[in-house]
Formats: sequence, C-alpha cells, structure tokens
Amino acid sequence: MLDYETLRLIWWVLVGTLLIGFAIADGMDMGVGVLLPFLGKTDPERRVIINTVGPHWDGNQVWLITAGGAIFAAWPAVYAAAFSGFYLAMLLVLMGLFLRPVGFDYRSKIADPRWRNAWDWGLFAGGLVPALIFGVAFGNILQGVPFHLDSFLKPHYGATFIWALIGLLNPFALLAGLISVAMLTVHGATWLQLRTEGVLAERAKGVISWLAPLVTVLFALAGVWLYLGVDGYRIVSQPPLTSLPNPLAKEVARESGAWFAIYRNMPIAMAVPALGLLAPLLVRLLAKANRPGLGYVVSALMLTGIIGTAGLAMFPFIMPSSTDPNSSLTLWDAASSKLTLTVMLGAVVLFLPIVLGYTAWCYRTMWGKVTVADIEARSHQAY
Amino acid sequence: MIDQTFVELSRWQFASVAMYHFIFVPLTLGLIWILFIMEAVYVMTGKEVYRDMSRFWAKLFAINFALGVTTGLTMEFQFGTNWAYYSHYVGDVFGAPLAIEGLMAFFLESTFVGLLLLGRERMSKQAYLGVVFLTAVGTNLSALWILVANAWMQNPVGAEFSAETMRMEMTDFFAVVFNPVAQVKFIHTVAAGYVTASMFVIGISAWYILKGRDLAFAKRSFAVAAGFGVASALAVIVLGDESGYELGDVQKVKLAAIEAEWKTEPAPAAFTIFGIPDDKDMETDYAIKVPGVMGLIATRSLDKQVTGLNDLITQHEARIRSGIIAYSKLEALRSGDKSEETRTLFEQHKRDLGYGLLLKRYVENPASATDAQIVEAARESIPQVRYLFWSFRIMVGLGFLLLGYFLASFYFLAKGTLDKQRWLLRLLVYSIPLPWIAAEAGWFVAEFGRQPWAIGEVLPTFLATSALTVNDLIFSMAGYLIFYSVLLVIEIYLMFRFGRQGPSALHTGRYYHEQKAAAAPLVPQPAE
Repeated sequence: MLDYETLRLIWWVLVGTLLIGFAIADGMDMGVGVLLPFLGKTDPERRVIINTVGPHWDGNQVWLITAGGAIFAAWPAVYAAAFSGFYLAMLLVLMGLFLRPVGFDYRSKIADPRWRNAWDWGLFAGGLVPALIFGVAFGNILQGVPFHLDSFLKPHYGATFIWALIGLLNPFALLAGLISVAMLTVHGATWLQLRTEGVLAERAKGVISWLAPLVTVLFALAGVWLYLGVDGYRIVSQPPLTSLPNPLAKEVARESGAWFAIYRNMPIAMAVPALGLLAPLLVRLLAKANRPGLGYVVSALMLTGIIGTAGLAMFPFIMPSSTDPNSSLTLWDAASSKLTLTVMLGAVVLFLPIVLGYTAWCYRTMWGKVTVADIEARSHQAY
Repeated sequence: MIDQTFVELSRWQFASVAMYHFIFVPLTLGLIWILFIMEAVYVMTGKEVYRDMSRFWAKLFAINFALGVTTGLTMEFQFGTNWAYYSHYVGDVFGAPLAIEGLMAFFLESTFVGLLLLGRERMSKQAYLGVVFLTAVGTNLSALWILVANAWMQNPVGAEFSAETMRMEMTDFFAVVFNPVAQVKFIHTVAAGYVTASMFVIGISAWYILKGRDLAFAKRSFAVAAGFGVASALAVIVLGDESGYELGDVQKVKLAAIEAEWKTEPAPAAFTIFGIPDDKDMETDYAIKVPGVMGLIATRSLDKQVTGLNDLITQHEARIRSGIIAYSKLEALRSGDKSEETRTLFEQHKRDLGYGLLLKRYVENPASATDAQIVEAARESIPQVRYLFWSFRIMVGLGFLLLGYFLASFYFLAKGTLDKQRWLLRLLVYSIPLPWIAAEAGWFVAEFGRQPWAIGEVLPTFLATSALTVNDLIFSMAGYLIFYSVLLVIEIYLMFRFGRQGPSALHTGRYYHEQKAAAAPLVPQPAE
C-alpha cells in the first residue's frame, strides 16, 4: 500500500499527464479546427482536413472528459472552486466544444456550400475558443484567483457574473491564451503535414515555419513577464503532510519570484522550460526537412514542456487564491481521501494501458495520407 | 440566507440540460445493439441487405450520437460549475465512478465509434463486427457507471461523513459499486434505451411499409426491432417493478409519494389507479383503488406495511431534532473542541446531520430553530406528491402500451399479414415519441422524488449549489437552452431528411429513390 503523501504526489503527476494527454490528442483536433477555413481553399480540401481527424476526434475528446472526472474524484475542492469560479468562461468553453461533434458529423450530410461553410466556421470556433480560454485560465491561476473558502469549505468568488469574466481577461492571461492557441495550432499543423500531401501539406508546413518560432517568442515573453511582473505564492507553514487534508490550516505568503523557487532549488527542473523553448524551433526544422512524423512527436514534447513549466512553477499549488492566500488549494490539501485515491490509481493502472493500446490500433487502422481523390471516391461515407 | 430563486434556477438548469441529454442517450444505448444484431446477421449469412441495414441505421445513429456527445459535455462539468458545494461535499465518493466511466467506458465507446462510422472499408467484416460490439459495450458500460453515481445520490452507501475534512468520504468502494439501487437502475435504464431504439426502428420501418418502399429492407428492420423490442419492454417492466422493491429510506419516501399513500394503511395496501393528490391537505381526491396490489408490489408480502407519508414526516421530525445535536457538535469540533463528550455525541447523532442541515433553509444556525420551523422542515422533507403520482403513471402506462405494440407487431409479422394491418403500422409511426416521454417521466420520478435531498438524507439540494448569482443562472440557462434547441431543430431536420430517403441515402443504386430516378431521369434526384 502506498502512503497518503506519495499517493497525493502521484495524483498530481497523473492529473498533469491527463491534461497533457488532452492537449496532445484533443488539442490537435482544436488546432486542425483553427486551421480548417484557412488551409482548405475548396470543399474537397476542407473535407481532407476534417477526415484526418474524423475517426479520432471523439476518442481524443475523452481525454478532457476523463481529466474532468479525475479532477472531480482526486481534487474535489479544485473541481468545485475552479469550475464555479470560472463560470462564464466555462460556459464559453462548453459552447465552443458543442460545435465540434455536430460540426464533424453534420457538415458532409448536406452538399449546400452555405451549410458546409457555416459548419467550417463552427469547427473553427470550436477549436479556437476552448484553446484560448484554457490558456487564459492557466494565466489566471498563475496570478492567483480571487476566491476564498468559508468555514464549511464552500468556495466563494470575489467577483460575480460578467465582472468575473472580465477580470479573467487581463493582459498576462491573454498572453497565456495566445500561447495556448499558437502551440495547439502548430500541433494541428504538424498533424496535417503528416496526414495530407501536396498543396495541403505545403500550406501546413508554411504555417509551422512562422508560427512555431512565434510560440518560442511568446513563451519566453511570458517567462520574463512572470519573473518581473507576477507574484508567486509560497507556503509559510502547513500541518504535517500525514494529517487529513484541510485547505484552511496552512499559511501562504504572496511574494515575487516564488514561482521560480523550484527552478532555483532543483536546476534539473529547468529542462522542462528549456523543452518548451527549444522544441518549437526543432518542430520548424523538422517541418522544413519534410520529417512530419518526428515533427509531430517533438510537437507533443513542446506541449509537454510548456504545460509542464506552468505546473512545476506552481508546485505544490494547484489553485492559489489572490484575495485570501490561505484558502489556496494545493495538491496536499485539496485531495480526496486515501481510499479514493488508491481506488482511482488502481483504475488508471488497469485501464490506461488498455486505452492506449486500442487507441493505437484505431490510428493504425485508419493510417495513410488522406487525399482529395480518396474523399471523392468515398463521398457518401466520409465526413 | 438561502436565496430560493437562485436554488430554483440552479435546479431548473440542471433538470433541463439533463433532460435534453437524455433525448439522445436512450436511442444511442439501444440502436447500437440493433446495429450489432444486423451486422452479426450479415457476417453470418453474407446477405447484402443486412449490411445495408446496418449502414443505413448507422447513419441515423450518428446524427443522434453527435448531439448525445454535445449535451453530455455539459453534464461532466455541471456539478463543478453549478453544484460546487455538492462537488466538495461528496466528490470523494461521487467523482470516482465518473472518472472510472471516462477511463473504462467513454474511451472505449468514443474511440471505436469513429471506426464504426468511417472505418468499414479498412478491415474485415469480422473485425468490423468487433468494432460495433466494443462500441456497444462502451456505451452501455458508461451508463453503468453513471447509474452507480446516480444510485449513490438516492442511496448513499459505502461512505461516511468526516468532521475533519467536512465532507463525505468513501469507506467501501465495492459497496458503492454494488449498491442494490444501482444494479436495478442500470438494467431498467438500458432496457428503456433498447425499447426507445426498437420503437424508433419499428416506427420508421412501418412508414416504409406503408409507402410500399424498399419492402425487403423495411421488413427485416421491422423484424429485428420487434424481437428486440419485446425482450426489452419485458425487461423494463420487470426491472421497474424490482425498483419498487429496493431498500433504502429515500426510496421509501419516494414510493409513498408515487403512490400518494398519505397514511400507513393496513397490509396489504391498496393501489391507487386514479386520483388527484392534494399536497396541502395531504389526501387524494377522487381516488380509485385496487385493494392489496400495492402491498404485493412493494413488499412482496401480504403482511408487511408500506409506511405512509404522515408517519414518515413524524419520523423525520425526530431525526431533525437529532440532527440539530449533530450540527452543534460538528461546529464545536470544527472550532477546536477536542473533548471526548463532544466527539461521542457527534458520532451518536452523525447519521442525522443531513436532517439538521434541512433547517438551514430557515435559519443560519439550526440550533436556534424554533419548534414551528422544525415542524415546517419535517413537512418539507417529502417531495410534492401530485407530480410524482402522475409522471409515474404516465411512465408505467406507456411501458405497457409499448409492450403491447411490440407483441402485436411480432404476432402479425409471424403470421405474415403485417402489410394488411395498416392501422397498426400507422399507430407505430405516430407512436415514435412515446418511449422518450416515458423515459423523461421516469427520470422525473427518480430525481424529483429524491427531493429535498441532493444526496439522500445527507445533503439538502438547497445547500449543494455554487456561490453564483441569479444573473449567472439566467444567462447560462438561456445560453444552453437556445443553443441546444437550435441544434435539436437541425438534428430533427436531418433525421427526417435521411429517414425519408431511407436506404437510398446509401447511394448503392438498389433502393427506391435511385431506382425511381433511374427509371424516370427527368425527376430531380434527391440532393446528397
């Protein structure tokens, strides 16, 4: 049996893994959605783009659903505070996501160009809006979120209704949102270069050549901004890690540079932001060299580096509070009971390898370049 | 103080997005098995018509499935966005089945559905049959885990309140999974889905038969649906009856409310077939009763009583008084009182803490509640009877009616005179919506009948909300409902369009519209 402290640490890694898995799998579909109206000039071209992800988008989206369920089960306090605190932002994310299942499935069912064009922009919004808002959410969490817990541990948010949403859209958070959109779009472009040919693959390559370096620039800019202009949070004192979780029992200080503590204390951790900075440049080189397969893998590493950087910087915080720092949620005090974490870990160990196995089989079955000729031959079956 | 308007809006939003979601779920649950049956017959016999059947119904399956996914997204996050205190209070127990559902079922269903819709040409027909099967298993397993979670709201077993962490914590995972309510509910719900899909296929096939189109295709589809429908409708009714027999205190209240049994009657109790329950005076007007039947259904005996609502309210009043002690001792513990006496008293009254919390609707601190408020809280500890009484009867009545349809369809099909029964065929077409009405009525009974609790006897609904405002709720509910309604209109439009085309939508050249177009080239072809 694992002890409670180790379990909570494992769950921090696991939720992080699920979120990165979501970015790699479903973020790819979002990036493809963002690129769809621009890279596809004709209807058959757009159908090619859609069909590169057509058989897989639904399975990919389950990474998000599972990450949501895992946060509910492993960090109920975070699930409660984050999703109610970001209420209208979450509404926007969901509305963006609503457009995708119907967009993918309904678009090809009617040949009318206005119908198809409308769904194309729906798929665009379904990729752009969630990608942007997830980034904005990360940007806000890094700055601390205005919430506090009452004595019965119910989360209360500092601002309400539209003011809460406006507060989220601050410059640093928007920069984080931009990084999110840019990196997922690059990721989608590596996929399109891999799975299409001719003019479409060339256009995807063209996007990577300017957008990937921009990811590096924006990521570096955010790092400098975070260092100079955004306060971090530090635990001053907390009950022993063996005690039962109580988010109100610790003392937290807000101070400049606290988000860089882990990198100062553990230089090896610097490898993660370095990956975030260098991988986009490598993605660009590989695209130029027509090595899209390897490019896709490095692009996945880029996502890991960028998301991992933010996660590590905040360690052990998950959701710091700007208005009542002691209410901040950490991986130690927002966690579920030992039994729940154990059961859930068992479920992950049992099922995740199976999931990865059949997902790989499905990708392999559908592998190969998607072409205009292929779409025209299967016009009534393909998306 | 509790803002009742805000609580009502939160409930309306959850109810409406959940009911929207359940327009699509039952058809998915059942139609996937019908696809599997058709595909299996194709693999075994090699007859092309069965492949065409599987392909055509899969097109309609996909139109429905897309909106099932769309509306399902909201459900996954709805607890966090709108029921934040609920999420904190029971996430330790309730979150686990949801996460396992994702890992074990959603991944399976969603990964293979893509191959089901787009991958047929890429594999052998046996492998494709396997893909359909795995999608079906995934779909039905996800229903299992959702119903494990839902059953825990009705009958919260395998968990205990912890004063230190101020929440319910899991004590026995297997008790949560093998909750008797969950097992019965699972079969009842998926079987209701099978009935829905059978009615869908049989109704549309009946329309083709009435029009005299694609008869070989239509009759085979009709036969599959009739057979599947008879078995499923029987399962729904038997397991529905089993639901009436389950254990659990919340279910007792629900049972008495459904039956409008105000006073405990001598065993075996009578079943009220018709009546107009009056919640204010706590009696049923114009009641028509059949002696003995309810006692038989609910207790499977002639001598056990079904407790009436009046007696339940009296019991609840005692538990509220005990809950006040639990609440005040909890406050003492939370503010650092470590005395043995406080701890012991708390442990003694802990199981009534939820009843103490019911008073928070009237006073900030339950310990300061007046006698009148305690009586009022007890009076409000049962759901409103009239809605439950009627929706239950609608559900059961439709269940039997649908069974009758399937039996009649099966009979005339076997007799070979189906074509002549135009009354039946027409009835089947117009009855397509009925299983949906029954399913929504059933969920209403299950969830409205749980009130005033979010988690039975543990957490009152009005305490379970997020700290949002009325404005947030008006805005989001309008957003969801407008968005969903537009998508629903599009979905229904596509269903009608492809339903009318029938197997001609497959563009094989073998079916009615294409043959007609080939025979008379001047008739414009239906658009893609």
